[in-house]
Amino acid sequence: MWAADLPPYIPFFAAALVMALARSHALRAAVGVLVPVLGGLHLWFDVAPGLTTYRTLFDMQLMPFRTDQLSLLFGYLFHIAAFIGMLYALHVRDRVQQVAAMLYAGSALGAVFAGDLLTLFLFWEGLALTSVFLIWARRSQTSFKTGQRYLIIQVLSGVLLLAGSLMIYRDTGSLAFNHIGLDGVGSWLILIAFGIKAGFPGLHTWLTDSYPEGTPTGTVFLSAFTTKVSVYAMARSFPGTELLIYVGATMACFPIFFAVIENDLRRVLAYSMINQIGFMVCGIGIGTELALNGAVAHAFNDVIFKGLLFMSMGAVLQMTGKINGSDLGHLYKTMPKTTLLCIVGAASISAFPLFSGFVSKSMVMAALLETHHEWVWLAMLFAAAGVFHHAGIKIPYFAFFAHDSGIRTQDPPWNMLLAMTFSAVLCVFIGSYPAVLYGLLPYDTGYSPYDATHVLTQTQLLFFSAGAFVWLQMKGLYPPELRSVNLDVEWFYRKAAPAALGFAASIGKPLQFAWRFMVSGLIDKITDWLNSHHGMEGTLARTWPIGSMVLWVSIMLAAYLLLGYV
Amino acid sequence: MSAPSTAITLANLATHYPALQIVLPLVTAPLVVLLRGTRLVWLIAFAVTLACLGIAVDLYAQVLQQGEISYAMGGWAPPVGIEYRVDRFNGLMLILICAIAAVVLPFARTSVEKEVADNRLSLFWAAWLLCFTGLLGIVITGDAFNVFVFLEVSSLSTYALIACARDRRALTSAFQYLIMGTIGATFILIGIGLLYMLTGTLNMADLAERLPAVTQARTLNAAFGFIVVGCSLKLALFPLHLWMPNAYAFAPSAVTAFIAATATKVSIYVMLRFFYTVFGAEFSFGSMPLGEVLMTLSIIAMFSGSLVAIYERNVKRMLAYSSVAQIGYITLGISLATTSGLAAGMLHLINHAMIKAGLFMAMGAVVYRLGSCRLDQLSGLGKQMPWTMAAFVAGGLSLIGVPLTTGFVSKWHLASAGFGAGLPLVPVAILASSLLAVIYVWKVIETAYLRAPLENATPVKEAPISLLIPMWIMVAANFGFGIQGTVIWQAVQQAAVQLTGGV
Repeated sequence: MWAADLPPYIPFFAAALVMALARSHALRAAVGVLVPVLGGLHLWFDVAPGLTTYRTLFDMQLMPFRTDQLSLLFGYLFHIAAFIGMLYALHVRDRVQQVAAMLYAGSALGAVFAGDLLTLFLFWEGLALTSVFLIWARRSQTSFKTGQRYLIIQVLSGVLLLAGSLMIYRDTGSLAFNHIGLDGVGSWLILIAFGIKAGFPGLHTWLTDSYPEGTPTGTVFLSAFTTKVSVYAMARSFPGTELLIYVGATMACFPIFFAVIENDLRRVLAYSMINQIGFMVCGIGIGTELALNGAVAHAFNDVIFKGLLFMSMGAVLQMTGKINGSDLGHLYKTMPKTTLLCIVGAASISAFPLFSGFVSKSMVMAALLETHHEWVWLAMLFAAAGVFHHAGIKIPYFAFFAHDSGIRTQDPPWNMLLAMTFSAVLCVFIGSYPAVLYGLLPYDTGYSPYDATHVLTQTQLLFFSAGAFVWLQMKGLYPPELRSVNLDVEWFYRKAAPAALGFAASIGKPLQFAWRFMVSGLIDKITDWLNSHHGMEGTLARTWPIGSMVLWVSIMLAAYLLLGYV
Repeated sequence: MSAPSTAITLANLATHYPALQIVLPLVTAPLVVLLRGTRLVWLIAFAVTLACLGIAVDLYAQVLQQGEISYAMGGWAPPVGIEYRVDRFNGLMLILICAIAAVVLPFARTSVEKEVADNRLSLFWAAWLLCFTGLLGIVITGDAFNVFVFLEVSSLSTYALIACARDRRALTSAFQYLIMGTIGATFILIGIGLLYMLTGTLNMADLAERLPAVTQARTLNAAFGFIVVGCSLKLALFPLHLWMPNAYAFAPSAVTAFIAATATKVSIYVMLRFFYTVFGAEFSFGSMPLGEVLMTLSIIAMFSGSLVAIYERNVKRMLAYSSVAQIGYITLGISLATTSGLAAGMLHLINHAMIKAGLFMAMGAVVYRLGSCRLDQLSGLGKQMPWTMAAFVAGGLSLIGVPLTTGFVSKWHLASAGFGAGLPLVPVAILASSLLAVIYVWKVIETAYLRAPLENATPVKEAPISLLIPMWIMVAANFGFGIQGTVIWQAVQQAAVQLTGGV
C-alpha cells in the first residue's frame, strides 16, 4: 500500500493532523476508522519481520523502526484496538478526543516499533501527553484534577526511563532497546518506569484513579494502550527476571479484594485490569518460551475482552448516566444486546473454554507448573477464581440483573454495538481457533490448550467460584454495593506517613512534638524561605535600588582582588 | 600579515569584509536619522542586516578555508593600528548576531509600531543599528581598547532602545541599566588600563605575548579582577544580574528578543576572549581560583534564577530570570576549564540565543495583542492565539531540554562534560534545575490552555503573520538544530580547540 519501511505511527499522526484541521465531522470519523484498517492491512500484508531503519542523532545511532515477531504482534493488536475504539467513538463529535485518540494510538505504535531507548522514551512521553486529554475531555473539575495527577505520574515514568537509558548508554555505549535484565542502577530505573505504566503494586494508583474518570469512549482507548505498551517493553527487556514472577502474582491477587467491594463498575474493571496484567508480568518473569508466549497472547486477548467490557460499561454510562453498581440493575430488559455482549466479554476474561481468555491464561499457568512454582501457581489459581467473581459475574450481574433499579433505557447507537460485536466475535474466534493467534506468537511451542486436564481444571474452578457467589448472595453475605470510597495505596501517600509518626507519638508525646517541630516546621521553614527569597517580593525577585546593586559589584570585586592576593 | 591595498575596489572587496562588517551598519545609522520615512528606513536597515549576515557567513567560510583572518584597520599594521581578527569562535558569533538580527528585524517592524511612539521610530532604528554595530564590533576586534569603545557604543544604544518603550517603567529600568552597564564598562576599562600600564600595548595578541613576562603579579591580578567583575556584570552572572529582569521586562518586546539573544552572549564572548586569548587559560584557571568561584555562582544562578521564575507573574520577567539561570549553564560549562566544557558552554550560548529569541518573540506577539504579558491575562489564550502559544510551547520544550530540541543537545553535552571532568554533581544540578524549568514553563501552558478566559477580558485575534513567521523560524531552528545536533557541536568544538590553543 505504501513503503514498507514507513513507520506505522506516521499514518496515525497524519490522520490526527487531518482531523485537527477538518471541519466536517463525517470526514473526521471516516479518517479515524479507515486509517487503522488500512494501516493494519498494510502491516499484515506488506511488512515482514526483520525490517530496520536507522537514523543518526548526534553521535548516537537510533533505530526508529524495527520489526520482529514480537513487535508485529503488538502492532496488529494496536491497529485492531484503534479500529474498535474509533468505531465505538464514531458518534463523538468532540474534536479534541478524536485527535488525542489518534495521536495516542500512534504513540503506542511508535513505542512498540522503537528499536532504541531514546525513541521509546519519546513515544513513552507521547503516550502520557496525548492520553491525558481523554480524561480531561470529560471537562469536569474532578476529571481535570485526576488528569493532572495522571499526567504527573506518567511523565515521571518517562523521566525515569530517560535517566535509566542515559545511564545505560554511559555504561555500555549503546541505546539499543533489547534485553536489559536487572543489572545496575540504570536498569532498575527503567524497570520502575515500566512498572509505573504497567501498574505494579503500589505504583498502580494512577490507573484506578484515572480510568473511571475518562469519557465513556476515552476509557476504551486508555485501557488498550498504555499498560500493554509497558507489558511489551518488559517482555523485550526483562524476560526471565525472577522478581517479576512475584510482582505478577501480587498484582494478580491484591486487586481482587478491592474489586469485590468497589461500587464504580469501571473502577472494578480497572482493578481487574491490574489483575490481568499480573498474569502477563508473571509470564514474563518466568521467561520460558511458553510463558512468554502466554504473556503476550494474554496481552493480545486482554486488550480485546477488556475493551469489550469497558465498552459495555461505557454504553451503560452513556445511556443511563450512571455507573455505580448500587444505582444500576435490571437493564437486561431494555439493553438486551449490550447484556449479551457484556457476558461474552465476562466469559472471556474469566477464561471459559472456547473463549479467548482460556487459551492464553492457561499457557502462563502451565508454564508455572513446568518451572515448579507450585505456590505461585496456587496463588494464580486463586486470582483466576477471583477474576471470575468480580469481572465475570459481578459486572454483568449488578449492571444488568440484580434488583430493579427502575431505569428504562435502550441499546446504544449502532456503531457502539457494532464495535462491541466485532470484539465479541474476536473473543469467540480466538477462543475456538487458537491456532491463528498461536501462529503469530514469537515462539513455536506446539502448545495445545484443549486437553482434558486444562479444560477440567478450569471448568471446575469456574463452577465452584460461581457456586460461591450464588451461595454468598443467597445468604446475604456478599459485600453489598455501597456508595463508599475505598482506600487504596494512595492512602499511604497521603495519610500514612504522618499517621506512622502519629503511632510513634503514641509511644511518647515528645516524639510527636519533635516531629511537628522539626519536620513540619522544617517544611514550613523551607517554603517560607523560598517564598521570602524567590516569591514576588522576595529578596531575589524584587527590583533593587541601584545602590544595593553597586554594593554587590564592590563585594564581588573585593572578593576577586582578595583571592588574587592570597 | 601584509596589509591589503587600502583603496577599496570591487575586485578586492572580499578582503575588506572585516571592515565592512562594522562600517556598513555604522554609516547606515545616521543615514536612517536623516531619511525619517519609516518604511524606507526599515527596508534599509533590513538590507544592511542581510548584507552583514552574508559578510559574516563569507568570513566564516574564509576562516574555515584559510585559518584566522587578520585585518589592519585603515592600513595601520598591528600592534600599533587597530586589528580586526576573525577566528572560528568569533566567526560563529558574528553569524549568530547577524542571524538573530535578521530574524528579529521583520518581527520588530510590526511589533514596535505598537510599542514605540511614532515620532521616535527613526531614532529607534538608528539606535538599533548602532547597537548592532557595537555588538559586531566587540566580537570582531582584536584590540582591547576597541572592545571597550564598541561596548560603549552597543550599551548606550541599548539604553536608548529600552527607554523607547511607551511603558514609563522602562525609563527607570533603562536608567538602572545605564548606571550598572557604565560601571561594568568602566571596570573593563580599568582592567584594560592596568594591562596597558604593564605592557604598553593594547593589541590582544601582543598582550598575550607580553603578559607572561610581567613581574608585577598584583597589578596583573587586579586587572584580572576588574575585567572579570566587569564582564560578569555585563553578562548578568549571579549576583550581578539585578539590572537585567526589569530591563528585559519593560523594553519593547523586539528589543528584548534581540538583546536577550545577543548582548549577554557577546559579554560572555568578551570574558572568554580575555580568559583564553589575553590572560591564557594557565593564568585564568591556574593562578586565579576562577573555576571554583565561577562554578559556585553558576550553580546558584541556575537554581535561584529558576526559582524566582517559578514565582514570577510577568512572563517577560519570568523569562528574564530564566535567562539568569541559563547563563548559569553557560558559565558552568566554562568553569569546568576543559575543552569539552568550554565547547558545551559555547554550544549553550548559541542554543540559548535561539531559544530565548523565539520565546521573547512569542511574548512580544502576546503583548502586541493584549498590551501586557501578565500571567493571569494569558488565560485561555491557547485557543485565541493558537500559533503564538504553540510557538511558546515549542520554545519552552527546548528551554526545558526535551530531546529533539537544541536545549537537549546542549544540556546533554554539558552533562557529559561534567562527567568528563569527574564532577558527577554537575549533571545532577543540570537535571534538577531543568525540572524547575518544567514548572515555570508548565505554569504558562496551564494558564493559556487549561484556564477559561477571564470574564472581563475582550477576546483577541491571532497575531499578524509578520510576527508569526519570524517566531516560527526560530522555533524551526530550535528543532532543526536539535535533530541535526552535530552541526553546531562540531563547529563549537573546533572553536573551543582553537581558543584553548590546540590548533
